[in-house]
Amino acid sequence: MANQDVELMAHLMRRAGFSATYQEAEERAAAGYAATVEELLSPMDQPDLDMALLERYFIDWKEMNALEINQAYLTYRMINTKRPLQEKMTIFWHGILCTGNSKCEHGRQIQEQLNMFRRLGMGSLRDLLLELSRDPAMVFYLDNCMSHKDAINENFGRELLELFSMGVGMDGQANYSEDDVKECARAFTGWTITNAIPRYPYGRYPSQFAFNSADHDDGEKTFLGETGSFGGEEIIDIIARQPATARFVARHLYNYFVADEPQVPAWQETPPRDPEAIKMMEDAYFESNYDVSAMLRVLFNSDFFKNARFAKVKSPAETVAGTMRLVQDFTHPKPGLHPIAMEIRYMGQDLMNPPTVEGWHTGAEWIDSGTLVERINFTADQVGNTALPGVRAIIDRLSSEGLSEAAPFVDRCLDMVGSYQLSDETRDYLVSHVEKGGALEPGADDYGRRVGQVLQLIVATQEYQFA
Amino acid sequence: MTSTKKDPVLVVLQLSGGNDAVNTLIPYGDPRYADNRPTVRVSEEQVLPLNDHLGFNPSMAPLKELYDQGKVAVIQGVGYPNPNRSHFRSMDIWHTCEPDKVGTEGWIGRAIRDVDPTSENVLTGVNFGRGLPRSLAAPGVPVASVGNLETYGVLTGIQEEERGDALDIFSRMYSPAVGRGQVLDYLSHTGMDALKGADILSTAPELYSSNIEYAGDTVAQYMRNIAMVHLAGLGTRFLYTTAPYNSFDTHAGQLSGHAKLWNEASNAISNFYHDLQEHSASDNVVLLVFTEFGRRVHDNGSGTDHGSGGVAFVVGDHINGGLFGEYPSLEPGKLLEGDLHFNNDFRGLYSALLEQWMDIDARPIVGGAFEQMDLIAK
Repeated sequence: MANQDVELMAHLMRRAGFSATYQEAEERAAAGYAATVEELLSPMDQPDLDMALLERYFIDWKEMNALEINQAYLTYRMINTKRPLQEKMTIFWHGILCTGNSKCEHGRQIQEQLNMFRRLGMGSLRDLLLELSRDPAMVFYLDNCMSHKDAINENFGRELLELFSMGVGMDGQANYSEDDVKECARAFTGWTITNAIPRYPYGRYPSQFAFNSADHDDGEKTFLGETGSFGGEEIIDIIARQPATARFVARHLYNYFVADEPQVPAWQETPPRDPEAIKMMEDAYFESNYDVSAMLRVLFNSDFFKNARFAKVKSPAETVAGTMRLVQDFTHPKPGLHPIAMEIRYMGQDLMNPPTVEGWHTGAEWIDSGTLVERINFTADQVGNTALPGVRAIIDRLSSEGLSEAAPFVDRCLDMVGSYQLSDETRDYLVSHVEKGGALEPGADDYGRRVGQVLQLIVATQEYQFA
Repeated sequence: MTSTKKDPVLVVLQLSGGNDAVNTLIPYGDPRYADNRPTVRVSEEQVLPLNDHLGFNPSMAPLKELYDQGKVAVIQGVGYPNPNRSHFRSMDIWHTCEPDKVGTEGWIGRAIRDVDPTSENVLTGVNFGRGLPRSLAAPGVPVASVGNLETYGVLTGIQEEERGDALDIFSRMYSPAVGRGQVLDYLSHTGMDALKGADILSTAPELYSSNIEYAGDTVAQYMRNIAMVHLAGLGTRFLYTTAPYNSFDTHAGQLSGHAKLWNEASNAISNFYHDLQEHSASDNVVLLVFTEFGRRVHDNGSGTDHGSGGVAFVVGDHINGGLFGEYPSLEPGKLLEGDLHFNNDFRGLYSALLEQWMDIDARPIVGGAFEQMDLIAK
C-alpha cells in the first residue's frame, strides 16, 4: 500500500470520523478512497451499537437522565461506532442546532434530539429543520412553548433564521429583516409540547410535540417576500429554497470538515476562505433537493478537502475519542468510562451543554493555557501506557519492521498516530532525543518504553493539536 | 483603601449545587421556620446563635468562631431579579453577571484583565479544580487551572527521570518562530504560558510549611493549595476553587449531608484563615463564599428543592464583620413561589469586593452600578 494513500485515508478518517488506527487506515486505503467515502455516506448499511448488551454493563444508559451519563454514552459511541460519519454529523448538528442542558436539565430529552440528528442529519435539510422545530427539547430550550397567538415569543423564530438556517447575512447584505423574524415567529405559534419539562420534585418525564390550533396565528404573513397564511411547514419550505441557506450550511460543513473559518458572526462581512468550494456544495444542495449527503459527497471527493491536511484545530471530542481509538481502549464496555468522558468537558466542550445557543467557538478558540495542558497531559498519559492494545500494536509493528535508526523510528511513530508531519526543527528535537537515549533494539525489553516516549512527545507537539 | 501596601488578593470558594440558606443561617427565632421544616430542621438548642433570631448551622462552629472575632460578613438574601432555578443557568448568571442574556465572559476574567492588561504574570488568576469555571474565562486572559498542585504541570505522565528532557524539548517546540501564521503563534504563546505557569507554580508546595493540618476532603485540600500559592508570593491576585460538582444539591438526606458539607467547608475556611495568619499573610486576603441559589423554604420530607434567595459569606481581616442586609421574610405572602425573596443583588456584593477591596472600577465588570454594602473596614 502506497504510503500516500494511507496518509490520505488517515486524513479522511480524522475528519469524517474519529480517526483510524494505522492498520484500519491501511485496510481502508486498500479498499479505496471512493469506496470508503461511499461507505461513510451509507451509515445504515453498518450495524448500530448493541444497546441491549451495553445497557447490561452501563445500567444508567436505560434511563439516560443525568448529563454526565449522556456524555459517557456519547464518548462510547464516538469511540466504537461503525457509522463514524453519522456520529460526526450528529455532533456537527448539535454544535449548530444547539440545545443545552443548562436550561432543559433533561438529558434524555436532549439525547432524543441527538437521535433525531442521527436519523435525519445526513438527509434533506428541509426535513431536519422541520423535525427540529417539533423537537420537544428545542421547543422548550428556545421558548416556543411560551409563544402564543396573542403574545409572540420570537426566540425560536429568530434563532431558526440567524443560527440554524440562513445566518444574518452574506456578501455584505442582510439575509432577512426584523419583520421576517416576527412573521416567522407568528407562523410557529401553537407549536408546543405536551408538558413543560419539569424539574424536581416531580422528576423528569418525556415531552411530546403538540400542535395547538387554537393558539396558532393562521393569519396572512409576508415572509422573505412571499405572502400566504403560512404555518411553520411553509416557513421551512421557504427557508430551504434560499441561497443563503445553502451558503450557510456549506460554510458550516467547510468549517467543520475542511478548514477553520472565522467565527459565524463574522460571516456577513467576511467572505469564505474558498468561495469555489462553497459554490460546489451550494450547487449540490440545490441539485439534490437539499440533501446534506450530496454536499458531503462533493466535499470528501474534492481536492480542496484532500489538500486541507492539518488545517483545523482538533475539538475536545475529536481529541478524546481519537486518542481512545488510537490506543484502542474502551472498545468494550468496562468501568472507568466516566473520567474519560469528563476530559472532553475539561478541555472545554461540555457536550449537550454548549455555552450558548451559538454553540462552541471552534478553531484556535478551543485552546487556552488550561485546556492545552489538559489535552496534552491526557493524550500523553494514554499513548505512554504501553499496556494498552493500540500502543502495543504500534510497538509490535515498529519492532517487526526492525526499526533501529532514530530518524526512521521517529517518522514511523508519526505514521502510526495518523501520518503526522512535524516542522523540521521539531522532528530534529525528537530524533536527537531518541539518539541520546542510546541504541534502539527491536524486540528488546525497553523498546516499547522508547516507543511510548516518542509518542508522548509527538502528542505534545503543536502539530498534533491539529486534525 | 487597604491598610497594607501588599496587593489585595481575592479568594473565591464556590459551593456548587445550591446551598440551603435556611439551614445555613437558621431563622430559629421565627416560628415559621419549624412550620416550613417539619423534617429538615435543626433544633433550636443545636443552633449556634448570632442573635435572638438567627444562628449558624451547628456544623459551622469554626466559622462561628471567626464570626465572633469580627472576621466574617454574612450577606443575607443575596440573589438577582427573576431567579433562575437551574443550577447551570443560575451559576452562569453568577459567573457572567448577565441575568437576562447568556454571557460568555466571567467577572473574574474581566477583573484579571483589569489588573494585568498585558498578561505580564500568567498566574494573576489561578483556579483549583478540573476545567475552568466560566467566572474566570475571558478571551486573551491566561488562567492556570490546577487539578492537583503537587503534580501540576505539562507532561506530568512522563516518568521523573525523563521528564526534564521532555520539558526541555517541549519548551523548544513551543518557542516562538517567525512566519508560521496566527494560529501557530497563538498556540506557541499559549504553550509557553502554560509551561511558565506550571514551572512557577511547582515551587509553591516546596516553599510551604505550616502547622495547620487540613482535612482530606477536596475543599480542604484546594484551600490548602490556595494558601500555598498565596504564601509563595507569586503575584497571584485571584484564586478560585469549587466544592465538588453539585455537592450542595441536597434534595434528599439533607440533615446529615448538609452538616457534613458545612463541617468540611467551615473547617477548611478556618484552617485557611489561620494558616495565612500563622504566616502573617492574612491581611491582604479576602475570601468570598457563594452558591448559585438557596433552596425551597418548605422541605420535601427528606431534603429541599431548588429555590432562590441565598446567603454568601465574606471572610478576612479587613471585613466589617456581622450581618448585612435583611433576612428575607418567611411569611407566606412574601415568598416568591415558595422561595426566599432576594433583597441584595449579588452584583452589589461583587462591586463592593472589586471597588472597596481590589480597588478597581466594578461597573464594566459587573455591568452597571449596583448598591454596595459597606463591606471593607477603611
